[in-house]
Amino acid sequence: MDEPWTRSRRPDGFEWGLGGVICALVSIGVLTIASGTAGEAGPFPIYAKQAVWVGVGSLAFLAMSMIDYHKFAVASYVLYGGGLLLLVVVMVDGKSTRGAQRWIALGPVAVQPSEFVKIPLLLVLATYYAAQPRHGWWYRVIVPVLITLPGFFLILKQPDLGNSLSFLAIYVTLLLAVGVKSKTLGLVCLSALMLFPFVWGEVWGSLHDYQKERIISFVDPGYDPEGKGYQGLQSRIAVGSGELLGKGFHGNTQTQFKFLPDSHTDFIFAVYAEEWGFVGTVLLLGLFLALLLLGLDVAANAKDLLGTLLAVGVVGMMTFNVVVNVGMTIGLAPIVGIPLPLLSYGGSTTIMTMAALGLLWNVRKGRLTSWS
Amino acid sequence: MVGPVHGIMTDTGFPARELGEVQRRVGFLKIGVVIVVGLLVLRLWQLQVRDGPHYQDLSQHNRTRSIVLHPARGLIYDRRGLLLANSVPSFNVYVELSDVRNTERLVQKLEELLALDARELNETMLTRDRTRVKLKAGLSLKEAAIVESHRLDLPGVVVHPEYQRNYPQGSYAAHVIGYVGEISEDQLGQEKFHGLVQGSIIGRYGVERVYDRALRGKAGRKLIEVDALGHEKRTIFVENPQAGNDVYLTLDFRLQQVAEDALGEEAGAIVALDPQTGETLALASRPGFDLNALSRGLTVEEWNVMLQDPGRPLTNRAIQGQYPPGSVFKIIMAGAMLGTRAMDPAERIRCGGGFRFGRRTFRDWKAGGHGNVDLHAAMMQSCDVYFYRLGHRLGIETIATHAKRFGLGRRTGVDLPAEAAGIVPSPEWKQQTRGEAWYPGETISVSIGQGFVTVTPLQMANVMAAVGNNGTVYTPHVVRGVRQREPGVIQEWNPSRGHAVQLVQPQGLHRIRTALAAVVAEGTGRRARSSVVGVAGKTGTAQVVALREESEDDAPKKFRDHAWFVAYAPLARPRIAVAVLVEHMGQGGVVAAPLAKALIEAYLSDPPDVESTTPASSALHSRARQEGEAGHG
Repeated sequence: MDEPWTRSRRPDGFEWGLGGVICALVSIGVLTIASGTAGEAGPFPIYAKQAVWVGVGSLAFLAMSMIDYHKFAVASYVLYGGGLLLLVVVMVDGKSTRGAQRWIALGPVAVQPSEFVKIPLLLVLATYYAAQPRHGWWYRVIVPVLITLPGFFLILKQPDLGNSLSFLAIYVTLLLAVGVKSKTLGLVCLSALMLFPFVWGEVWGSLHDYQKERIISFVDPGYDPEGKGYQGLQSRIAVGSGELLGKGFHGNTQTQFKFLPDSHTDFIFAVYAEEWGFVGTVLLLGLFLALLLLGLDVAANAKDLLGTLLAVGVVGMMTFNVVVNVGMTIGLAPIVGIPLPLLSYGGSTTIMTMAALGLLWNVRKGRLTSWS
Repeated sequence: MVGPVHGIMTDTGFPARELGEVQRRVGFLKIGVVIVVGLLVLRLWQLQVRDGPHYQDLSQHNRTRSIVLHPARGLIYDRRGLLLANSVPSFNVYVELSDVRNTERLVQKLEELLALDARELNETMLTRDRTRVKLKAGLSLKEAAIVESHRLDLPGVVVHPEYQRNYPQGSYAAHVIGYVGEISEDQLGQEKFHGLVQGSIIGRYGVERVYDRALRGKAGRKLIEVDALGHEKRTIFVENPQAGNDVYLTLDFRLQQVAEDALGEEAGAIVALDPQTGETLALASRPGFDLNALSRGLTVEEWNVMLQDPGRPLTNRAIQGQYPPGSVFKIIMAGAMLGTRAMDPAERIRCGGGFRFGRRTFRDWKAGGHGNVDLHAAMMQSCDVYFYRLGHRLGIETIATHAKRFGLGRRTGVDLPAEAAGIVPSPEWKQQTRGEAWYPGETISVSIGQGFVTVTPLQMANVMAAVGNNGTVYTPHVVRGVRQREPGVIQEWNPSRGHAVQLVQPQGLHRIRTALAAVVAEGTGRRARSSVVGVAGKTGTAQVVALREESEDDAPKKFRDHAWFVAYAPLARPRIAVAVLVEHMGQGGVVAAPLAKALIEAYLSDPPDVESTTPASSALHSRARQEGEAGHG
């Protein structure tokens, strides 16, 4: 174990790149939040709070990158169990906002366990696949599903459609990475289709009216454009009116005048797009693409299967969040309420994302050093 | 501390093969990620570049609202400069329908906060053809504060300080001043209201209506930037409204008060004119109404109560009430006689209390008759038989011709809405309207102002003015001038609007004037006799139903006669002509004459205009006063 060497090693070009992209993204996030919440009075501005969360996230990043990821793997089942327990606590004694019970009060701040529990899930699934060959559809497909489902349902019940889907996405990504024989995949798809009518009622019934309406309005955008499709429409207006070059920093009329709800959280991309136009959005998506490709690079070059799977899982989770968030903002996906990683305001999501990136860094570092 | 995990991997040799396989697959994942992000970029190109201008347009529309700034209506003054109508600031609450997202919740909130009727609100909210609707006018300061403090719960709801029409003098002169109201949907399309917008205030009655163009002013416009709740963030552009022009009435408000107070609770009308100009000094009609309440807008129930009121308070009796003139019509008869020389004014006619015509006997009001009377005596004592005989000799055509010369049977042209013309009957008229031939006996009835003939109090006042001013029938008017806001000058009313009519020969008119002076001095109109000024007048009692046998006092009030009194003063160069009509109050000499006297004295003791204020004392005035029955018609 030559950790001292690792610690003293200077970052290489790859690491500069990854670090630079992350820094750029969180900076854009803080600036956009500042712009999107301009004019809101308060003793402590929201963008400053976000800066604090980024600071805390950096600590989480450091912590996750420094401790050997194999140690996390060992503790994964315990961590996941703890995570599920927290979700139960939320269900029993959580804080409610907008009819959803998602938060646990932790002193002055509210913590959202549904965000944090994604990392233990990732650890558990990666550990499960990496521990020994998982052959046959039962071990390869069903058992991991059984591991995932309790968390999925606990989050869905809150209800938090976005995070529960993001939870599933981690599983699907890992399954894609380890690969399934086409026969197995076919079986999964078939059984999923057959189960769908039964599960659908359960899933649909657990949703709140506003969530149902959002989905309906996605399927049929013409459906009451002034009511349910309002958020989607205002979001598209914000993005579209940015045109090629944008309205400039603080020029975001859509958000400044509060046409766009949740502008500093789930719809931060719309704020950014309105200000910086197509040029800005391409640049931002380029940064995200770079982050994701670098992450997949880490996966491709990881020293062991656990590392690869962890990296793939982190990238999968991020990809899902970025694509669904941007997709719902620009009218390609239903509005399910997923934050944009690193940009959206929120302590839990920011810290969790940075912790996950710390894990990615960790895997990358593991390639260059010997843990044994 | 590598742990068991690592151990397992190395033991089986499984990871190496699997690792290679998985890492190879990562390449596909990279392609997948690039494709997905590429799709997002494609969609962004579509939104921001291809359709960008469209969304830019939507966003502009989203945050700008054009608000109409309603102008302050012009002021209305009486002839002495007393303020009769102005505009006071008032809070009105509006809702911008496009900013409302949840109508149900908004209605519930409004009901809760402002105690508005949910049913009405729902109706209002469904008016989708408008963008902005007024929910309530004249909010109290407290209510306005409530709305402002609940802005977040009331998206789209805005409070605007606007003008509310106000009549500081209460309900006096209500029928002249009139009232205002919001323009209706139908009116918006009319040429007359070109340039007005939803919510514009227009005159609905009286001077407010006739002089609406002068008073209304010009609306301004404000372009503001709003947030999603419809609340103003920034003003982009303002075009200030232009206040309306001020209107000066010819009314002497003090005199108007005297007139209305004199009528009190009785239904009736009093008109006072300046005989030298046709200016209306007072134009009272009772019962009246509260013009402040009407301008605020009545509820449907309040409207119905007002419309079904048997006293018909909305009718301006001075110009719309058409009454049989009764004996005041004898002035016209005298004019016709002197104009045609059909009868010598000095000729004495025997009055035995009745006039036999065909199989019917037309009775005089005085059972025993008046003995032998000439024109002067017949006028003074209001002898019916004299005029029966005169009418019979003149014939209905001649009577009609002269009545029309005095301005009867057609609108005077006063600048007030919906004036009635009255009726001057003729065989032609009867054939046209009733399809019947004229009976000679009907001429006899018309001779004493009964039968088909009807007049308005304003017409009778104008007749008196014409007699008093030696023969000029002016067009009476209530507005003296309009002060233009722009150059700040008063556009004086052009008094030449009157048309001089040669009624009869000057000596003939003099005879009538002398007779009218005698009516007050020693005839039926003695109750109008004044100690300060010489008054000329004529009493009248207009029969409502042709039942002369019944005692007036026993008849139900609605069948009782109307009391008339017309007068002018001073005798030499009259400065006021008055017509008083009190509905269902019996004899004019008893009831109406004292009211005319009160009005004349009030006016002449404190005239608003310079000129001479000394009441001319006339020879007639100092005549010995005769005792006798004071009243008759």
